[in-house]
Amino acid sequence: MSKIGEGTNPQSQEKRDLLVLLERAQSRSGYLSKRTIAELAESLGLSIGEVYGVASFYSFLSIKPQGRNVIRICKSLPCYLKNAQTIIEGVRKEIGINPGETTADGRFSFELTNCIGACDKAPAMMVNDDVHGDLTPKKISKILQAYK
Amino acid sequence: MPEKRVVLANCGVIDPEDVASYIERDGFKALKKALKLPGEQVVEEIKASGLRGRGGAGFPCGLKWDLARKAQGDEKYVICNADEGEVGTFKDRYILENDPFSLVEGIAIAGHATGANKAYIYLRAEYHFLLDLLEKAIAQAKKKGFLKHLDIEIRQGAGAYVCGEESALMDSIEGKRGEVRYRPPFPPTKGLWGKPTIINNVETLMNIPRIVLKGAKWFGGMGTERSKGTKVFSVSGDVAKPGVYELVLGSSLKELVEDLALAKKVQAVQVGGATGRIIPGDMLDTPLSFETILGAGAVTVFNESRDMIDIVHRTLEFLAEESCGKCAPCREGTEAMAGILERFSKGEGLEKDITVLGELADTMMLASMCGLGQAAPIPVMDSLQHFRGAYDNRIRQS
Repeated sequence: MSKIGEGTNPQSQEKRDLLVLLERAQSRSGYLSKRTIAELAESLGLSIGEVYGVASFYSFLSIKPQGRNVIRICKSLPCYLKNAQTIIEGVRKEIGINPGETTADGRFSFELTNCIGACDKAPAMMVNDDVHGDLTPKKISKILQAYK
Repeated sequence: MPEKRVVLANCGVIDPEDVASYIERDGFKALKKALKLPGEQVVEEIKASGLRGRGGAGFPCGLKWDLARKAQGDEKYVICNADEGEVGTFKDRYILENDPFSLVEGIAIAGHATGANKAYIYLRAEYHFLLDLLEKAIAQAKKKGFLKHLDIEIRQGAGAYVCGEESALMDSIEGKRGEVRYRPPFPPTKGLWGKPTIINNVETLMNIPRIVLKGAKWFGGMGTERSKGTKVFSVSGDVAKPGVYELVLGSSLKELVEDLALAKKVQAVQVGGATGRIIPGDMLDTPLSFETILGAGAVTVFNESRDMIDIVHRTLEFLAEESCGKCAPCREGTEAMAGILERFSKGEGLEKDITVLGELADTMMLASMCGLGQAAPIPVMDSLQHFRGAYDNRIRQS
């Protein structure tokens, strides 16, 4: 996902790098499995609870398996005022699942999220790290085609 | 007062990927000037300018720097808060997209002034797409020899509104859950890893090179008595032209939402994001300043067709979801308020609910550990004050 923390030698990983290490593990395997959490706890000298506590705190970290692509539609007020509901409905129809679910083929996970800072292009959504704004239900199908 | 581009002076003018285009426009001149001066003199200049924090709290920037400068510590840190998570705010995104160099220069001056040789930019996860651009800007500044005194590292958030709060942000950089800390001690004496730390918003740091170059007097010549300079606003909602606008502080809300963003039939405007004040449409002549209303500059406009109770209900649901959960007044208070507002939005409010909302608000404002819980009741109480009729109409008739 990023170059951050890449210089960190695995042998000298420290507790202070926990969030960075979780972000990296997530970008490698798509989510943070119980095993990953236990291994990280072991190597950093932390309790499993502490690592789980961090892993479950942040909305961009996931403790359950996710699809190859994660759709996050903004549900905050500025997008709501611009009919974000029709976008949510459009994505639901397009990929056949509800927010909080993953498609059977593992291609998409679908989530609702809080303000993504694209209110000038509301309604907006993120697919992975890409922001898509000024959405209409008609645009959804074409946008999602690019994510395999 | 018309638009005035001070912070945004380079946006759309320079090439954000090319440091040479920034240097052509007096880029890094302020840093060169600052590096020739003792740190305390730079701090004094910022103090004299009257610059206050642009992230919402409005703390005097120079005073913060002075505290950190004077604090004892073998290591000190500068943190740039780029965790712009406030609902309706996107001005820092616009700044980072268009002029990352001014930010790097501002951070570099802050490092020199306070005696820090390590800086972090805490970038929200949602702005991951800006990471490359920012890293490039830092690398180019470094290559040009501007960052010999300071190492700047970017840390990415992982999706948590509360991490925009400075103590939660520090815990997040330390690799922990982004939970709020008890204060005192305050960051300038005991911050990141217990060391003296200053935390400034992106926009605050953008002002620094301007002030150093043009002087405190020039800066202090703009604005009101206690609100100097300009402010960058993010305007969204029911407006024809949503976007980023920079105005001299003290300009009216009307100029911003009606004259610039072209709003019509305004019922209310929320200024400052989810925990911001709600200003009814007949009070648009209210000036935008620290003395009146400001926050981080999120301005969300609601036209006459909107149901204000629905809006406040959604806002409290958001705050309940994003409460870090560490203190009871915020964790329980936001949930309880959201529950009551849900009843009202369904037309099932109870007479006593109005009293309960007031009691919850008092406790939350007094006893919450950070701004999230302390300010969460503001939209509720403002809507009760200005739109009481909407509540009364939704009390269940039995």
